[in-house]
Amino acid sequence: MELELSNEDAAFRDEVRAFIAGNYPSEMRVPNSETDLSKEQSLLWHKLLHKKGWVAPLWPKEYGGPGWSLTQRFIWERETTRAGTLPPLAFSVTMVGPVIYTFGTAAQKEKFLPRILSGEDWWCQGYSEPGAGSDLASVRTKAVRDGAHYVVNGHKTWTTLAQHADWIFCLVRTDPSAKAQAGISFLLIDMKTPGVTVRPIITIDGSHEVNDVFLENVRVPVENLVGEENKGWTYAKFLLGNERTSMAGIGRSTRYLERLKSIVKSEIDEEDPAAAQFELDIARVELDLLALEATELRIVSQMSRGIEPGAAASLFKIRGTEIFQRIANLTHAAIGNDGLALREQPASPNRFMPGPDYGHTATEKFLNSRKLSIYGGSNEIQRNIIAKAVLGL
Amino acid sequence: MDIQLTDEQELLKSSVQRLLKDKYSFETRRKIVASEEGWSRDHWKAFADMGLLAAPMGEEFGGLGAGPVATMIVMREFGRHLVVEPFFETVVLAAGIIETEGDEGQKQEYLAQIASGDAVWALAWAERKSRYELHDVETTARREGDEFVLDGTKIAVVGAPWADKLIISARTSGVRRDRSGTSLFIVDRQAANLHVRSFKTLDGRRAAEINLKGVRVPISDMLGKAGQGSRILETCRDRAIGALCSEAVGAMTELNASTLEYSKNRKQFGVALGSFQVLQHRMVDMFVALEESISLCQHLTLSLASPDGASKLASGTKTKVLYAARFIGEQAIQLHGGMGMSDELDVGHYFKRIGAIDIAFGDSAFHLRRYARAA
Repeated sequence: MELELSNEDAAFRDEVRAFIAGNYPSEMRVPNSETDLSKEQSLLWHKLLHKKGWVAPLWPKEYGGPGWSLTQRFIWERETTRAGTLPPLAFSVTMVGPVIYTFGTAAQKEKFLPRILSGEDWWCQGYSEPGAGSDLASVRTKAVRDGAHYVVNGHKTWTTLAQHADWIFCLVRTDPSAKAQAGISFLLIDMKTPGVTVRPIITIDGSHEVNDVFLENVRVPVENLVGEENKGWTYAKFLLGNERTSMAGIGRSTRYLERLKSIVKSEIDEEDPAAAQFELDIARVELDLLALEATELRIVSQMSRGIEPGAAASLFKIRGTEIFQRIANLTHAAIGNDGLALREQPASPNRFMPGPDYGHTATEKFLNSRKLSIYGGSNEIQRNIIAKAVLGL
Repeated sequence: MDIQLTDEQELLKSSVQRLLKDKYSFETRRKIVASEEGWSRDHWKAFADMGLLAAPMGEEFGGLGAGPVATMIVMREFGRHLVVEPFFETVVLAAGIIETEGDEGQKQEYLAQIASGDAVWALAWAERKSRYELHDVETTARREGDEFVLDGTKIAVVGAPWADKLIISARTSGVRRDRSGTSLFIVDRQAANLHVRSFKTLDGRRAAEINLKGVRVPISDMLGKAGQGSRILETCRDRAIGALCSEAVGAMTELNASTLEYSKNRKQFGVALGSFQVLQHRMVDMFVALEESISLCQHLTLSLASPDGASKLASGTKTKVLYAARFIGEQAIQLHGGMGMSDELDVGHYFKRIGAIDIAFGDSAFHLRRYARAA
């Protein structure tokens, strides 16, 4: 399904395709780009995009965005995800960047934004805590004012790629007497500050993607407070809205669905009744994806006419993640007995894995994809959001 | 991708809405369904006067020239009001085939009669053994001089008992499951040797089984080219699915709205039902199912208007939208509790209409297989 593109937009799409084909670094084409790349390798594409001026499609031009229209952004998203390129650092570009240019001081903008764009600073997100998951407003990490500093104590968890990070943006409690959302502030913390410790968390797929971050008497200059003290919840919610808009993942699911079809074709004889079962299972998920894509296109064309998307982001998050999980499950099922094997981490091409290459990451993807319906506001939280915002319940 | 209606189409939509709001309350519909014919000629006349019965036709026949978009607009509103008059059978199916396949004489004569509300039509394609395959035809049409002689049985012909004209598929060559060799014929419902056995459908309509025992049809009443019946019916089915899914979207819209309202007003354990999270999440899933159905329906409607056709997409849409509609229908009854089972409430009637729509032209399971196999 395609948007009807103007000549100008079609030319833009062709330019994007050509740029990806001509420039995407071959060393980033690894079996699993989420786990198999070093920090330096992960940044190669980010840096190329920065040079080209395309690293931050959502940013206003004055802060270094490319000044694209809504349609151009949509084309960019679609072409890059279909091509399977690793997105620029999301926690930097998509999340903290917009918070800084929207709510930050002139000095913060000047200090942080260029380094986010260039990839010099790698940011991670200090939101969740052992006692604050879906109930994010119950964060307990404390920041106590001491002269020109805040002294921060607490424990952040599920911190994605903190092992590579230079900076962490944190939700901290600055007013312990205030209830829930009030009394939270948004603080930028240098990971090199004494008292910051990172401990790996290994997930069920065997990978090291997330971490615990311990903060013990960490002294943070007050100029690293974003916006007003005790107003951090507003900025946090703003950020989460940005996070969810990109979660339909149509391009990625389309790519994995095509892969699934070819795996089924190689693995299963046409006469095997299992082939007919897969045929129907695949058709169903393909239709789910088609319906989500049609919905995305409908909402994009409404947005370009100035109609607010409402709680569409939550709808995309729910359906996009359910669909990807279904595809990951079917792919794992398709490789049959080879689905027993799980790559050891860190991955190495020298270790034996049974069966054809296409199946080597199926097990870890199947396991890893369980996270999708949990992170970024669990799918149950998204349903709460729609119930409240759309249904008025 | 989002269908933006033209001024003319907006006018069509608001006129249909106003007419149905004024003249098609649930109580009125109940009386219409209980009447002998099971539909209202007065309402049919009102639809004709408003230009509805010509709306999807080309401008040369008094229509808007908006084809599938006009159908979508009308059927969605009809779905919201559970309209039982044979618009789908007469305008979408019969007029659709006549306009695309008929000869000049047939178009001039029949489209005008349909537009003015003077003739009601029905389409007879299904047979006892065919299930949902359009080309699986045992009924035969044997040439005798300037006539064809039809023999066989057609089933599940919705609207047949009171139709003026029937379009009947019959085999002019080949054997039962051949893809080619079937042809379409225009037959008077009161023709000699044509026997109609009527029954009521689950959604309150009238349908019939039709026995043809040597029915004589002049060759000039063949509709479309000889041997091309299945191909013509396939294109007709794509348009039919667009219409039926739009109607289902209308029904789903009402079911979601009334379920939500009920959950806000109905109190149990001292609180509104809608305060329970398990029910909130169910209603969110109903909302999502409807949004996705609207999107796919629009996508199909736009594709129907394109010259490339949309047969695979039509099957996909029928599958996805009817799964969604059944889910919404079942949950609407569930969330209304005992009241959902009551004939007095409209909820069950929407549910039954959805059940009938699912069967029409092949159920979701049939179309899922067809979608999966299509290139």
